[in-house]
Parts: sequence; C-alpha cells; structure tokens
Amino acid sequence: MTVLAERLPAGAHAEHHDEPTLIVKWLTTTDHKVIGLSYTITSVILFFLSGIMALAMRVQLSSPGGAGMSPQTYNELFTMHGAIMLYLFAGPFAFGGLANYIVPLQVGAPDMAFPRLNAFSYWLYLSGSITMLLGFFTSTGAAAFGWVAYAPLSSSVYSPGPGADLFIMGLFLTGFSAVFTAVNLITTIFYLRAPGLTMFRMPIFTWNMLVTALLILIAFPVLTAAMLLLFADRHFGTHFFTVSGGGVPVLYQNLFWFFGHPEVYILALPYFGIITEILPVFSRKPVFGYKGLPFFSLLSLLIAVPTGIKFFNWIGTMWRGQISYKTPMLFAIGFLLGFLMGGLTGVMLASPPIDFATHDTYFVVAHFHQVLLATAVFAGFGGIYFWYPKMFGRMLRDGLGKAHFWTLFVGFWLTYLPQYVLGLKGMPRRVFIYPSGLGWGALNMASTVGAFLIGASFLFMLVNLFVSWRNPIPAGDNPWDGHALEWFTSSPPPHHNFVKLPPIRSERPTWDFNHPDAPVLPHGRHAKEQPALVGVGSPAGTSGGPAQTPSAPADGGTAPGDGSGETGH
Amino acid sequence: MRTEARLLIGVAIFFAITGVGYWFWSSEQSGTAMLVGAVLLGIVPGSYYLWWSHRMKPRPEDRADATVPEGAGVIGAFPGSSIWPFVMGMGLFALVLAAVFGLWLLAPAFAAIFAAAIGYTRESRRGGTV
Repeated sequence: MTVLAERLPAGAHAEHHDEPTLIVKWLTTTDHKVIGLSYTITSVILFFLSGIMALAMRVQLSSPGGAGMSPQTYNELFTMHGAIMLYLFAGPFAFGGLANYIVPLQVGAPDMAFPRLNAFSYWLYLSGSITMLLGFFTSTGAAAFGWVAYAPLSSSVYSPGPGADLFIMGLFLTGFSAVFTAVNLITTIFYLRAPGLTMFRMPIFTWNMLVTALLILIAFPVLTAAMLLLFADRHFGTHFFTVSGGGVPVLYQNLFWFFGHPEVYILALPYFGIITEILPVFSRKPVFGYKGLPFFSLLSLLIAVPTGIKFFNWIGTMWRGQISYKTPMLFAIGFLLGFLMGGLTGVMLASPPIDFATHDTYFVVAHFHQVLLATAVFAGFGGIYFWYPKMFGRMLRDGLGKAHFWTLFVGFWLTYLPQYVLGLKGMPRRVFIYPSGLGWGALNMASTVGAFLIGASFLFMLVNLFVSWRNPIPAGDNPWDGHALEWFTSSPPPHHNFVKLPPIRSERPTWDFNHPDAPVLPHGRHAKEQPALVGVGSPAGTSGGPAQTPSAPADGGTAPGDGSGETGH
Repeated sequence: MRTEARLLIGVAIFFAITGVGYWFWSSEQSGTAMLVGAVLLGIVPGSYYLWWSHRMKPRPEDRADATVPEGAGVIGAFPGSSIWPFVMGMGLFALVLAAVFGLWLLAPAFAAIFAAAIGYTRESRRGGTV
C-alpha cells in the first residue's frame, strides 16, 4: 500500500475533543458515512415529495372528467414527478447514499478516496435538487415538458420562463455531482481495498457500484453537455436543436438517449447489488454463481438476457437455502416478483407488433413503474431495512417492517395491473383528463386506491423509525450473520471505519471468521488458515491527517460479530 | 492492478466494437463521437494501469494470499472536516442561479468559488490537517 504521509504524533489525537457538532458537523463533514446518510435522507425526502405529486395526479385521474386540476398543473406535476424520481431519488439514493456508506466498509477502506470531493458532490446534489424545485415558486411554474426535456418543446419558444431554466440548471449541477461520485467510487475500489481483497473477492454490491460508476462516467457528461447546449439555445442565440438556425432537434434525442439507455442500468444495477447482498444472508448460503454476476452486470448493455441469467443466480442462491423471512428478505422477494413482471413486459414492448399497439399508452407507464418501483423502492428500502442496524446500531421492528412490506406489495400490484389493462384498452399516457363511456373509470379508481396504499405503507416505516429512535433495541455488530466486511466493524462504525480486520480468504470474510469450522467453499476459502484477528496500531485522526490500515496482530479478541446475541431476536 | 486494467480495456474494446458497428450501420456522427469518447475513457486509464502493472509488484490487495499486516501503515491523508466543499458548492449554486435570475448573483458566486479554491489549497499545503 502506498504510504502518502507519516503517522500523526500521539498528541495530535487530542484534537478529537474539538470535533464540530450538529449543523457545523453536517456542513463541514468529509466522513463518507455522514455524507452517505445525508444523500439517503435528502433523496428520501424528495421521494416523498414526488410521491405526493403522484398521488395528486392519481386523484385527478381517478374518475372521468377529472378532479379540477388544470392541464398546466398536471404537466408540471408529471414532469417534476418523473424528473425527481429518476434524477434526484432513484440514482442518488443508491449511488450517492447506500454506496457512499457501504462501499468503503465493504472494501475495508477508512473513507472514500477523495473525502472533500465527496462532500462537494453532496452539496452539488442538494443545490441542484433545490434549483429544480425552485421552479414551483416562479410566476410561470415549474418545467412542464416531460422528464426528457425534448427539444424543441423545451426551447424558449414553447417553454418560456425560468421554471424550464431551473430544471436545466438543476440537472447541470446534479450531473457533475454524479460524475464526481463515480470518480470517487472507482478510485476507492481500485486503490483502497484491504489486503487479500482481490477484485474477485469483492461483494457483488461493490462490483455493481463499480460497473454503475463506469456507466455514469460514460453517460452523465453527455447529459450535462446536452443541458448546457439546450440552455445556450434558449438564451444565447445558438441553434443546436432549432431547425430555424440550421440545428437538428433529433441531435438532442441522440444526446439524451446516449445518456438514457445506460441510465436504465445506472438506476437498476445498484439495486441488483442490494438484492445480491440480502438474498445470501437470509438464505444462509453463499451467492450462487459469484463470478457470473459481475460479468453479467457488465453485459447488461445487452439488456434482457444477462438480467434473466441474474434471476437464475438469485433463485439459485435461495435454492435449498435455510430461508429466513425477515423484512429485508421480504422486500428482496417483492423485488424479484415486481421486476420479473416489469422485465417481461419490457421484452413484450421490444416486440414491434406489440409496441405499435401499446406505444405511448398506460401499458408503458405500468411497465416502467413496475421496473422502477421494484428496484428503487422494493430493493432500495430492503437495503435500508438491511443496513439500518449497521448505520445506527439499533434494530428496526420486524413486525412494522412486514406491515410496510405487505401494504406496499398489495398497493404496488393494485396500482399497476389495472394500468396494463388500461393501456391495452387504449388509454394514452400523459393525459390529464378522459371522457366517460370508455370503460376506463373503474380501472383508474382501482389504480388510485393502490397508489394511496403505497403512500400509506410508508407511514409504517416512519412509525418504525420513530419507535426505533425512542425505544432502541441494540443491534450488535452483525445482527443478520452477514457475510461482507461491513458486518465486521462496530455498529455504527467508528470514524475511519475499522479497528480490526479479519483475514480475507473469500468473498465473505466476516462469515468465514465467524464460522471457522464450516466446510470449504468453492471460491477458494481456506477456513483453517490464519485464524488470528488483526488490529489497528492506533486510531486514525478524526480531525484530519493520515488514516492507517491495521498494522500488527492484536490481542486475538472475539469477533465483533459475536455481538449478535444483543439483538433482542 | 491487472484486473482493473483488463476491466477498463474491456470497456474500451466493447465500445470500440459497438462504435464500429454503429458507424457502419448509421453513419451518424454525434453517436459515433460519443462512442469514441467512451473508448478513450476505457483505454487511457486502462493502458496506464496495464503499463504500471508490469512494472510493480502485485499490491497486497491484488494477491489472494496477502495477510492484513502486509497492508499496514499510513495509506493517505483523509481530512476529518472541511468547510470548503460546502462553500464551493454554494458558489456554484449561486452561479447557476445567476444564469436564471440575474447577473448580480455572479458577485457572491465568484467570491465563494475563489474563497473555496484558496481554502482548499491552503488545507492541502498543510497536509490535510484542518
């Protein structure tokens, strides 16, 4: 490992007592865990805001004739709902939030490679989100041209006013935020892994984040540049996308979909990673087909076939496992069912004869909502239930978690199954009103009831968080008998993450350490080798300065994972 | 390091094949240019890593039999806290708002950006101890 700086003198650690607190700590932090939580909390707040917009639209569509919403308001709501969910929630929630928190822990690193760049990324994300939302407070309202902002509809002629400009500039900032986070994650994974943690011993979650980061580096600069060109067309008299000056509107679509196609997997792969962490832990088995998963994540550019193979990996992981139906596992199974339906209908839409009939109908709406809710909501909140004990050192209540799951699950299917039928009956998407007599009313009402069930399900989560906060049940360090390195350190992890590291001889070092007599695994684990625990020479400075890897054999203390007896389970 | 190099070069090869096919079938310039950019994104760092991987011993994290003490020591300076990312972020926030609401916002924007740039540099020169 490269040595970049000398150890701090012993006296330097006295600075720990001067650590900033509360708001100052939040504003000045460079700790990946605080930044990861900031991303998570911000994105979940935006998810709730966007969800309320969705409910308002569903009320409008619940019956023929609508509920009094103006077409302009409806257009603003569906534009901002889509933009917030795709740009500000689904991506940042996993890639900025969970990846920021979990990846350094899984690779045994003290922090992200560039902590200040990491903090800068978050502030860009937050200010970009606020910029986009500010459109609602302008006299002409928020952007109303759809989340893709196609030219020429998004030009200054057809979409005048600051709302559209704020949308473009918000995307400009968040685009940079995503690129910086991608650079940071790749560098962390390439340079800060623990000794023995070869690339093909990394957890699949980390692998998927690496592939996602590469996709982001390819896709997001193009989107950011397209936004800048669009802004120049609107204000500086350029004609990149306007026919009148010799421009080409289709160029915008080329640029946008060069971003948009990888974006599908930028949104999906992190959540596939979460599922691949949850399933083996609650099936009491290693991942089935470990080496195939990163390969097929890379191959995901071919879309359906590799994803189908990953489904077999996931089913193979559960096959003959000792499945434990805790809340995270239920969310993971909910993901499998929802994503299967969304994926299969996607394959249907790829068939031109079906696409001709269902293009721009509610069939498409149901398809992509099932894909996105399965990933960002089922897998994403499954990840929250899975890692919450690690983040806060306390358990969430399993009963309330299951109530959340079942309400969400019923609401999910009740919302979207009628929309498939509506699409086949010919209901177009992006309409704010429809006449009676078409047989669409009852199906729309069912869909609206389902949407409110989805909204209500999150009340269980909020109550769960409150109960956990008021009456904590200590989680211990490894409440689920987890596999990867994050379950080896304390809950919550200390500054710079690790006081001790186990020997790393497979893709699940914590499990190996806690089960030394388990049979040898197919991926090169050698259980009897190196049983000694290794400790850190001295803790790294929290007020800046060099961070250190574990240096010398310690007292051979017990595994942190033994604390699972404190969980109250 | 070789696995990392192969990964990046693999990305480059994938997009090179895609780019040739895309150009052959579409003769469309913007998409081809972007695919060339994706090839460079893989080939530039990938070949650098590959070049280095032949000139250095495998790092402890590259070896399956490495022990934890082999990676011992200081691995880098990690600043514990810094206000400058926030200041720089707010500077850019004001900069984009200036593009929408009025150029007067450029004054606080550039003030914050320059202050943050100086602050970042001073922190770095002090070795990361804030």
